[in-house]
Amino acid sequence: MTALIFIIFAGLAVFCGINLVVQTHPIASALSLIGVMGSLAVLYLQLGGEFIAAAQVIVYAGAIMVLFVFVIMLLNAGAEATTFQVSRFVKYLGAILLAAFLGLISLVIQAELPATEGVLFGSFQGTALDVGRKLFTTYLLPFEVTSVLILIAIVGAIVLARKEV
Amino acid sequence: MNFLIISLIKAALVAFVLLTTLAYLQWIERKVIAHVQLRVGPYRVGPHGLLQPLADVVKLITKEGLIPSHVNHLFYLLAPFAAVTLALISISVLPFGPEIKIGPVTTWMQLTDLRIGILFVLAVSSIGVYGVALAGWASNNKYSLLGGLRSSAQMISYELPLALAIAAPLLLANTLSFRDMVNYQSGYWLGFIPRWNVFPEILGFIVFMIAGFAETNRVPFDLPEAENELVAGFHTEYSSMNFAAFFMAEYANMVTVTAVATLLFLGGWQPPFPEPYSDFVPILVFAMAGLVALYHGLNPARRMDKFTLPATALVFLGIAAIFGLSLFVPMAKIILMALFWFCGKVLLLLFVFIWVRATLPRFRYDQLMRFAWTGLFPLSMLNLLATSLVVALTTP
Repeated sequence: MTALIFIIFAGLAVFCGINLVVQTHPIASALSLIGVMGSLAVLYLQLGGEFIAAAQVIVYAGAIMVLFVFVIMLLNAGAEATTFQVSRFVKYLGAILLAAFLGLISLVIQAELPATEGVLFGSFQGTALDVGRKLFTTYLLPFEVTSVLILIAIVGAIVLARKEV
Repeated sequence: MNFLIISLIKAALVAFVLLTTLAYLQWIERKVIAHVQLRVGPYRVGPHGLLQPLADVVKLITKEGLIPSHVNHLFYLLAPFAAVTLALISISVLPFGPEIKIGPVTTWMQLTDLRIGILFVLAVSSIGVYGVALAGWASNNKYSLLGGLRSSAQMISYELPLALAIAAPLLLANTLSFRDMVNYQSGYWLGFIPRWNVFPEILGFIVFMIAGFAETNRVPFDLPEAENELVAGFHTEYSSMNFAAFFMAEYANMVTVTAVATLLFLGGWQPPFPEPYSDFVPILVFAMAGLVALYHGLNPARRMDKFTLPATALVFLGIAAIFGLSLFVPMAKIILMALFWFCGKVLLLLFVFIWVRATLPRFRYDQLMRFAWTGLFPLSMLNLLATSLVVALTTP
């Protein structure tokens, strides 16, 4: 059952990821990205990282992507026009090169990755309590530094967007 | 297997009750607004327009579903589907009552309890904006697009105070599960003041309710469908069941917001009075309503009153009798009391939603944004900081 759900949502994530690149319309691409994030949230949930899954949906799908869609709608961006013609030769060669590239990557991963027992479903300790503990003990410094970084980004954005008075 | 069957029964029951409530909520809204404005409201279909929702549903289903030629088909049809699905899904983690035991079956009056239930509701409501935004964009119409844009900007802005207002009671109860949240609020201070979060968190409750109005696109924050500037906003181009889907989504969101407010701030199904006294409240309420109806039925002001009012009185007195009898059956009492107090609080908050709609005019768009960012946001932040301070000082 868990394996089946994993296959469904992993497949969905890959499909949405490909769709994101293939689609010419910005809104369709943005929605595909939301699909990827939703599928990833399900995978996190399966691993036991329930808080991470919820945060993924709230922050990425619910806040950041809404902003993306908002901007696309505001600019009223239309479908992207294809300006170049691709010859048949390039298409075939590209397919072969892509296959070779993927094979190379999987070979490297196979060779380099240490033989572990793999990750089990639900083995990850990801309740809100655990994540909170870790954030405020082990990872306190990176956490605070990241917040300061984001604060700087926000202040910078306001300074850049400010109207000249 | 047993778990599967129980879950199916519970899901069917909850879905049936929720959908009926959504249909009748519209009748209640029209009636309440009508009476606020000194009208009678729906009156023709059935006694006091009671069959009006049924007629509306039949009308909406049998109407032709027009798809304008200039829309983006996929997203145009996806938007109402997404809106109504995401609006209905939150109900699956909301508890209505405590653990109950019917014969050999022990179960909770709740579809499922997630350890992150509150985050789940936040997540679902944060994706819910796509329904409205997509509808506005896919309609390919300037008014719809403006409605969609307004709704996304508004929902992003008001999600902040909403989440911060929710965070304060979470700190007090130290849990993310609705069930534990309600259990935390059981008991009484000094023996008679219920330990609800609304008393220490009154500021958070007010911020939550105001942000809830904005999240559900209700008056005074219904800018996405402001009819005097945008025709009908994001659902201008929709007809038939697609239009009904947006309507359902709006009412379902209202039910969710009020139910979450009840669970987080008003103690869920916990009665406001200590145990022996609270048992008599529903009997008293329904018996009083029945007796008043009976009195007016015996002194009829209009011709039909001597038939309709005694019938209504019979229904109310019957409900009072059921509550009275349930005092002698422990399990029935637990179920009925939980349902009475939970539904009572939710209905009260829904009434506030409708009351506000009948009372307040619409905000201007810049007022709406300024209110969120310079009013609600600092207020909810302050509330959260104060709560954290108290929690930090009191917990060892």
